[in-house]
Amino acid sequence: MNGKKENLIIIGNGMAGISTVEQILKLTTRFDITVFGTEPYPNYNRIMLSYVLEGSKTLDDIVLNDLHWYEDYGITLHTGTTVTRIDAETHEVVTEDGTRVPYDKIIIATGSNSFILPVPGHDKEGVVGFRDIADCNVMLEAAKQYKRAAVIGGGLLGLEAAKGLVQLGMEVTVVHLMEDLMERQLDPQASAMLKAELERQGIRFKMGAQTSELLGGERVEGIRFADDTVLNVDFVVMAVGIKPNTAVARESGMEVNRGIVVNDYMQTSLENVYSVGECTEHRGVCYGLVAPLFEQGMILAKHICGVETAPYEGSVVSTKLKISGVDVFSTGEFIDSPEHTVISHKDDWKRTYKKILLRDNKMVGAVLFGDITDSAELQKLIKQQTEMTEELYGSLMGTGCGGHKKTTSVETMAEDEIVCGCNGVTKGTIVDVITNQGLTSVDEIKACTGATRSCGGCKPVVEQILQYVLGDSFSTGAKQGICGCTSMGRDEIVAEIRANGLQTTKEVMNVLGWSQPEGCSKCRPAINYYLGMIAPDTHEDEKESRFVNERMNANIQKDGTYTVVPRMYGGVTTPADLKRIADVSVKYDVKAVKVTGGQRLDLIGVKKEDLTKVWAELDMPSGYAYAKSLRTVKTCVGSQFCRFGTQDSMAMGARIERKFERLDLPAKFKYAVNGCPRNCAEACTKDIGIVGNDGGWEIFIGGNGGIKARLADSLCKVKTDEELIELCGAIMQYYRETGNYLERTSEWVERMGLEHIRSVVVDNLEERKALMQRIEFALEHVEEPWQKAIRNEEGQSKMFHGIEVSARP
Amino acid sequence: MTTKQSGTYFPAGVVEEFLPRIGRVVEIKDHQLAVFRASDGTIFAADNHTPHPKGGPLAEGIVSGHYLYDPLYDWKIDLTTGLVQAPDNGQVQMYPVKVENGQVWIEI
Ligand SMILES: Cc1cc2nc3c(=O)[nH]c(=O)nc-3n(C[C@H](O)[C@H](O)[C@H](O)COP(=O)(O)OP(=O)(O)OC[C@H]3O[C@@H](n4cnc5c(N)ncnc54)[C@H](O)[C@@H]3O)c2cc1C
Ligand code: SF4
Ligand code: FES
Repeated sequence: MNGKKENLIIIGNGMAGISTVEQILKLTTRFDITVFGTEPYPNYNRIMLSYVLEGSKTLDDIVLNDLHWYEDYGITLHTGTTVTRIDAETHEVVTEDGTRVPYDKIIIATGSNSFILPVPGHDKEGVVGFRDIADCNVMLEAAKQYKRAAVIGGGLLGLEAAKGLVQLGMEVTVVHLMEDLMERQLDPQASAMLKAELERQGIRFKMGAQTSELLGGERVEGIRFADDTVLNVDFVVMAVGIKPNTAVARESGMEVNRGIVVNDYMQTSLENVYSVGECTEHRGVCYGLVAPLFEQGMILAKHICGVETAPYEGSVVSTKLKISGVDVFSTGEFIDSPEHTVISHKDDWKRTYKKILLRDNKMVGAVLFGDITDSAELQKLIKQQTEMTEELYGSLMGTGCGGHKKTTSVETMAEDEIVCGCNGVTKGTIVDVITNQGLTSVDEIKACTGATRSCGGCKPVVEQILQYVLGDSFSTGAKQGICGCTSMGRDEIVAEIRANGLQTTKEVMNVLGWSQPEGCSKCRPAINYYLGMIAPDTHEDEKESRFVNERMNANIQKDGTYTVVPRMYGGVTTPADLKRIADVSVKYDVKAVKVTGGQRLDLIGVKKEDLTKVWAELDMPSGYAYAKSLRTVKTCVGSQFCRFGTQDSMAMGARIERKFERLDLPAKFKYAVNGCPRNCAEACTKDIGIVGNDGGWEIFIGGNGGIKARLADSLCKVKTDEELIELCGAIMQYYRETGNYLERTSEWVERMGLEHIRSVVVDNLEERKALMQRIEFALEHVEEPWQKAIRNEEGQSKMFHGIEVSARP
Repeated sequence: MTTKQSGTYFPAGVVEEFLPRIGRVVEIKDHQLAVFRASDGTIFAADNHTPHPKGGPLAEGIVSGHYLYDPLYDWKIDLTTGLVQAPDNGQVQMYPVKVENGQVWIEI
């Protein structure tokens, strides 16, 4: 080489441009790289804007390569600078302020723009697209000032925007031209299920609505539709589609169709000018997702560096909606037509739907709703246009016997195939870190390569690759390690503790060969729990191994103050107690008093050093709102007052709460007790839900209303109150003994199987008695933590009080 | 390291005032520090603010050896350098500590 480097210019500092640069940097150092970007930021993960909007991530969280990265690789970055055209005659690019920079090669990666419907009023204040940080900021601001929003467009982007705005407290209507949501990815069945689910989450819909005008003065005040109806809103997000941003290419006289036209090596019609990402059109297709652009970038990088590569032949795209609690997935062809053979299964009770499309008996597309565990598998099978066989059918549709046996098709996957679309990580990279760096868990792979870090959709495939590469060693050790410090699984650890009579977390870690001698924030609390569960009488609880909330017996808030929640047995209180709560709240300047979903009062914003005083003056037991323990027993009014009630739910709720409070459990635990089958206290979403009936009670287990909602399963019916308490105790103890730390009963019931649990706690009377005895024994050793702290004021002061050093050096 | 250049040592109490592996807030002038006593006895003084963009205190974290797990976001922080461990990144300002005759001194 003659020392002089070639000038490579990237126009567009987005996901496609920079991922191509990353690939190039792996292959060569022969370029001097200059990047131009219109936005004032380094390269960030655009996919995660939905999380920024929703409030769970900030700009900093989603930056992919910070400024140091550009510096480290000697890349010149011009942020806030738009390139206007390429001067092919002088071999220069020209920016908006007239600056000219010479090039040898150029990659155009200008992405796309939001498509704004050209209806009258579209330029009013309060109308935005959803494309970049700037749009996100406008939405975040609007949510602070305005109440009613409309999102025009019921596709992926529109729905994520709508969910974000709902989360920000706005009243949101999604306006959609078609009768079906996400009609470009879903079929009518899945779309209807999606709509029902989103309505449950608080989004409103106006379907089949054609927007004809945006009303208002300077600022938007409403939308008029083609049928002359009007929707009053003070904010509008347009998410009706994207337009490839081809401005530079057009100005430079290049061949442009819908996007910048490229061949199979991403070459445009101009010599030495390439294009990748959303701004390009390849074989007539413009893609709007990241997976294809990584594939394009990889081929382009090789081509530009003179490394031999297969041509780009287009991508099979898959879609996953990033809204929690809504699992939808689609890949390949999804609308059935006469030439397809359709395999489908719809379950309105479980709210799941699965459809696989075959053409000439080859899998060409699929749609999943509600349960997307098979998504990774299907994605691969469809990408490879796999032939449907009896066996595959059995494993995918779960019929026939032999169960759900998974064949590993990662084996046949190409090395450079992208596994994690969000972060552009290939199978090869993952295999490499497993074999060369000895990684054995998804978490380690995540830390090392970034795979699974964003939407999480690729996790199943990453797991399969792990399994495939590690073979047998995967199932025997690697996989079940409870955290990065050990390869041992929960059951093994518990067995070792029992067998060797281990007493402290330190001992466990020493004896069982932990890689980090004092463990981490995952295993320390878990081991502390297992030790206490095994030896409730002798185990000395380790405060330093507890998560802050449990150590302080109050919930930490993000500003470092705490929330105090007194017990209110069965959700019932008295005027005298209420008065005391009010007095203490006033005295200690509590920031907010809030009624919780579990029928208690949160006193929010207590200073750490006031905690013991607040508890002492309340003189009530701790509500354990922070604990992996019994939280609340929600009750309805019941037979004491309700005209329908057949059982005294309030009394039973209070009785259960008094009986089982304070006991450590694998995870938080909630109850509900109802006086009759009308179920006003919502037993179906509780760990144990109890419904009174004329002759006794019915017990439900494994419900959850949180992140992964699950309806409780009916376990059994009992006749007497005593039997009810005994069963509750047996269930709780069995869960204490067999649950993984942090595993909610919803997961536990699914893992253990309802039938199995029933056979132990209901059918086997002897076992039930034994479980009950063990829980009674554990209950003898619980202690009220607030009183304990107050009594031991001096010892506790080291925990609750800071030290103030006067300026006396 | 972002440990600062020489300042003044302030007496922050005796070693026994710090429970092993349980952080304690110490205020010196306008600095709020989170002070930790590792199980080997080493004492560390960190600025009591997580480098996580959302903010929050550090003093309530879980201490493991010379590492701290941030109580709010579970970031792993090396107490000897203040460096946040991968996959996250950032750095906590650490302050020099010396112990003489059981008395803890922190340099500001
Ligand atoms: C809210 C949201 C959620 C999404 N969710 C998903 C998802 O879940 N899964 C998925 O696969 N995809 C998703 N996408 C799509 C994905 O983000 C895009 O496919 C991807 O970012 C396209 O990359 P790109 O580099 O082609 O364009 P971009 O990432 O848009 O980058 C183009 C960059 O070029 C800059 N630029 C444009 N013109 C010029 C110029 N003349 N001079 C200099 N700079 C210029 C722009 O400012 C921009 O920063 C989502 C997109 C959004 C907006
Ligand atoms: S569940 Fe039955 S008893 Fe309880 S409040 Fe509702 S109607 Fe009344
Ligand atoms: S595909 Fe989204 S995190 Fe990997």
